[in-house]
Amino acid sequence: MYKIVRKKELNPTVTLMEIEAPFVAKKARAGQFIIFRVDEKSERVPLTIASYDREKGTVGVIFQKVGLSTNMLGMKEEGEYIQDFVGPLGRPTDVENKKRVCVVGGGVGCAIAWPAAKAFKEAGAIVDVIIGFRTKDLVILEDEFREASDNLYLMTDDGSYGEPGFGTVKLQALLESGVQYDEVLAIGPVPMMKFVCKTTEPFGVKTIVSLNPIMVDGTGMCGGCRVTVGGETKFACVDGPEFDGHQVDFAELMNRNAVYREREAETNKTHICRMQKAADELMK
Amino acid sequence: MDPKKCPMPEQEPCVRAHNFKEVALGYTEEMAVNEAKRCLGCKKMPCVEGCPVNVRIPEFIAKVAERDFLGAYEVITSTNALPALSGRVCPQESQCESKCTRGIKGEPVGIGRLERFVADWYLKNINKMPEKQAQNGTKVAVVGSGPAGLTCASDLADKGYAVTVFEALHTAGGVLVYGIPEFRLPKDIVANEVEKLKAKGVEVMTNMVIGKVLTIDELFEMGYKAVFVGSGAGLPMFMHIEGEALKGVFSANEYLTRTNLMKAYLEESDTPIIVSKAVAVVGGGNVAMDSARSALRLGAEHVYIVYRRGEAEMPARAEEVHHAKEEGIEFKTLCNPTRILGDESGRVAGIECIRMELGEPDASGRRRPIEIPGSEFVLDVDTVIMALGTSPNPLIRSTTPGLETNRKGGLIVDEHEMTTRDGVFAGGDAVTGAATVILAMGAGKKGAAAIDAYLKKEG
Repeated sequence: MYKIVRKKELNPTVTLMEIEAPFVAKKARAGQFIIFRVDEKSERVPLTIASYDREKGTVGVIFQKVGLSTNMLGMKEEGEYIQDFVGPLGRPTDVENKKRVCVVGGGVGCAIAWPAAKAFKEAGAIVDVIIGFRTKDLVILEDEFREASDNLYLMTDDGSYGEPGFGTVKLQALLESGVQYDEVLAIGPVPMMKFVCKTTEPFGVKTIVSLNPIMVDGTGMCGGCRVTVGGETKFACVDGPEFDGHQVDFAELMNRNAVYREREAETNKTHICRMQKAADELMK
Repeated sequence: MDPKKCPMPEQEPCVRAHNFKEVALGYTEEMAVNEAKRCLGCKKMPCVEGCPVNVRIPEFIAKVAERDFLGAYEVITSTNALPALSGRVCPQESQCESKCTRGIKGEPVGIGRLERFVADWYLKNINKMPEKQAQNGTKVAVVGSGPAGLTCASDLADKGYAVTVFEALHTAGGVLVYGIPEFRLPKDIVANEVEKLKAKGVEVMTNMVIGKVLTIDELFEMGYKAVFVGSGAGLPMFMHIEGEALKGVFSANEYLTRTNLMKAYLEESDTPIIVSKAVAVVGGGNVAMDSARSALRLGAEHVYIVYRRGEAEMPARAEEVHHAKEEGIEFKTLCNPTRILGDESGRVAGIECIRMELGEPDASGRRRPIEIPGSEFVLDVDTVIMALGTSPNPLIRSTTPGLETNRKGGLIVDEHEMTTRDGVFAGGDAVTGAATVILAMGAGKKGAAAIDAYLKKEG
């Protein structure tokens, strides 16, 4: 069992949790992920590592409550325990030998962009950060990004905070103004990562994306997370999760990610029933 | 004397095809005693030679015939720590039973069935947890809790070592838990074996992916004096044909892990599994049979085995093929997939296959399948499961300097089960590539003996 030592709601649907997992904390690096299970009946779900404290032996994850498992995790409180927490899995972000980089985060993807930005900065790069959100209420980690970047560009789709427009608009402007990046790292929803790649392609800037396909074991065993990169089959859990975005077959990834969507919508319903049942019993 | 084995009671095929309960129900005491009396008690004991862990077969069978079931259990477990497992999943027809003198005229003695009976009798009537062993203070790490790891850990604990088993998944048991279905090997039997191991004083740590969480070198730094790597062959193979990325194409590993480890067949499990109407399973081994029979139990109306050679060449246990056929699995042998067809929403809509004929024997000694030009046809399926075999996972070899592997990724070991790294031993599928549970158990046993000899020499 793994103890939740800190819980903080970052916005109405996004939660930060720090979990006591000394073995994971000791090895964790930016770009890697963990797999958690809330209880014995839960699914194994991957989450990218947001932070770690090697001394305290804790690992931070930031997640959006979108499906059954993330909602169940979100209901856990500080001091409570979850069943399983395994990692660090996957390869860390390659931060070495970069003069200047641009980290582009979209929505909850910013949770993963944050440790990457920190790692680039610690490795000595000039770090520009573009973070984009739908609207002001959903903005997360603004102060953290300010600290981890040399230039921070905060965008909202509706213009309610920061500059108006998508992150790609800002990226395009920066590239056109002649800023030279060794690398752009894009982390967010699949369509957003795809558009970042489209934006950088004409400028010939290497672009890395962090993929989060459907996974079971996270150790290379099931092949469920296979993605096509440069015409080759790769397993995101062991070969990734970061890949050259200009080589990724995004259409295939989006299709594969939808395998269980119908069933997920259905279990969301049953999930409420399950919790309701427990609540009803408590009331008795 | 009856020339035939006493048949084992089984769930009716039409019933069991819709549930995940165990197919074979096991002998009654009367059946076991009668079957045991068929043993001739040959002095030369050819059957023992055919057993990778050298169970003293005639001796335990004689005890069964005398109704001394506890005595029989003690004989078996003096060389085989996991009889409830091997009695169920061993390919006896190509091992002990293939050497049985009774088999020359008529059917051999049902050695596997008797072994299972004895193990189940003990589980039901006694199931005493072993005593905690006195420990000599020397720490040994076992990587992986499948059949090789469990056997190795058990033998090392008996010799007094302080053993820690590191398991990557959240439940111990390896392929016994994630791969072999409940209807062939109930998971509470595996869990009971793990509990026995813990009672002996073995520490079992789950969620420990060696190669990621800790490296082999770090295990030595932590004070482990020797390491046994029994990490299996977990890497799935694909055919690299058109359409493999469609929704509805799975590796057998994924399909079986969702079903067995994650229990997706139970309504209470949160892990989803695809609902299929018609399924093509590509391959002819035990894993293919397990996948096909699982698909049937999950509600598929048609399940096909697509295999490029003939039925005689199938590597699956004869009993599994027999059971699969009884349950209504449709065999498309001498057929090989050429591409998987998709619909407009990116889901599987069919699998195109080509018919094959058998040519000259190849390197494996089996006749090589050759395509018959122009014989393509389409099987109407919505799910495809690739059960083409697996290879050893590279996580350990890629993070352990000096650990050498062969062309297929298997760890290279010497005649003492030692890898190319001093103090690092290995056995089971991690060395051989995908093989059987009993061979892995045999390797775990040899590994434990080799580690004991090595540590005694090192002093």
